[in-house]
Amino acid sequence: MRTILIFVLAIMMTLNLFAQKYITQTGNIRFFSKTPVEHIEAFNNQVSGVLNTDNGEMAFSLLMKAFNFEKALMQEHFNEKYVESSKYPKATFKGKIVNFNKNSITDKPLTVNVKGVLTMHGVSKDIEVKGSLQKANKGNISGKSVFTVNLKDFNIKVPSAVRKNIDDNIEINVNMNYEKMD
Amino acid sequence: MKKWINIMASFFLIFMSTGMSFGQENDLLDLLEQKSAPEPDLTIATFKATRIVTGHSVECNAKGVMQFLISHRFGQLNSGFSEFYGLDNSTIRLGLEYGLTDNINIGIGRSSFMKTYDASFKWRFLRQKSGKSNFPFTAAWVSSIYINSTKYEDNVRNDYFYSRLDYHHALLIARKFGDFVSIQLMPTLVHRNLVSTQADKNTIFALGAGASVRLTPSIRANAEYYYTLPDQIVSPIGTSIPTNTFSLGLDFETGGHVFQLHLTNSRAMTEKFLIDSTTGQWGNGDIHFGFNISRVFTVAKPKGFD
Repeated sequence: MRTILIFVLAIMMTLNLFAQKYITQTGNIRFFSKTPVEHIEAFNNQVSGVLNTDNGEMAFSLLMKAFNFEKALMQEHFNEKYVESSKYPKATFKGKIVNFNKNSITDKPLTVNVKGVLTMHGVSKDIEVKGSLQKANKGNISGKSVFTVNLKDFNIKVPSAVRKNIDDNIEINVNMNYEKMD
Repeated sequence: MKKWINIMASFFLIFMSTGMSFGQENDLLDLLEQKSAPEPDLTIATFKATRIVTGHSVECNAKGVMQFLISHRFGQLNSGFSEFYGLDNSTIRLGLEYGLTDNINIGIGRSSFMKTYDASFKWRFLRQKSGKSNFPFTAAWVSSIYINSTKYEDNVRNDYFYSRLDYHHALLIARKFGDFVSIQLMPTLVHRNLVSTQADKNTIFALGAGASVRLTPSIRANAEYYYTLPDQIVSPIGTSIPTNTFSLGLDFETGGHVFQLHLTNSRAMTEKFLIDSTTGQWGNGDIHFGFNISRVFTVAKPKGFD
């Protein structure tokens, strides 16, 4: 009886050890809109993200107001007029690496496909993006991805006066450095 | 006994498997939510521009941003066809404002109205915010000094430089209600070093109120009223005693530009003249058309952009 109890507890502890997560609060996401008239760029250095190296699940969360723009008024307009940050303060992603094998993260970049749901401006959309994972210093894991989102898919409206200044397709650059979670 | 062990074992196995599935289904987004520290959410865009119509709003240019502000006020609409309903007769103010920090702005300007140079200082010292910490309103202090550079024509009195100086100080208290309506109160003091008669007060008290309503994400309607407390100004300007100022405006924002069109009973483009030199009466049709054009330039780039 006691043997079974100890056995079960031991199994549970091992299982917990297997469910290893890597996490960060200081991930970087940069986005670009390029038109012949204007290049717009913004970055957010306070992206939180978590990666479960046991099953390949991952999630991202960021505050829209934490994006920094070169032009302060652009930042204000982004929050007030475009993504409506007071109504929809966060953007999130929740998904899973396709055909993930937990032993495949090595010192060399591993190309992965991530499928999941991106939620922004109150709209949730299924997306599939390419990215890479790689072991980094201090036992960290670095994750990178470049993909595009379409403003119309997320119901983000661009006024006609600045139609030529803003591209519908925004390039998103993700750069995460995950630390092992205790 | 063996039966009991079996029951206990299956019980533990069920317990274990539920525990396992809990471990896996534990939402990663919830985990991020728990880990992230809540942040205060500063209210933005209480007004579209640094002016509601003519008077300052609590809005400041961000650090490193230079604002070029062109203001125009035309003659009275009721001046008739020969004056092209006031458009023949325009006054202009050119101004530059700069963000020393996100909350401290300095500015200079030159107005053709009374050939006035002015310099201003604005400090937004409280911000409306919600979320982790709450504060109900935004507050700013604004001070200006004015130098009248018109030709001196009084033969009796000496032309002292200090007699050409006027000052204005105001406390601006603004609140944004939801995403669509903002109001602002501005208790204002104007000090004039030289006044026409002894009965005219050197220091004038006025109370201003402004409101802004968002019509579309890029267009807003504004109203601004300055009430001057009675018996402070007794000398007429021309034939009229100065009166209170009421202005209506529309803001059109197109990215880096804000076009503000307005109808007002004042020719003034700064607070001092708004309060002590407004002679038009709305009821008589003494209404001026005017506009402000605001253009911002990022002079010093913020960190992270080289």
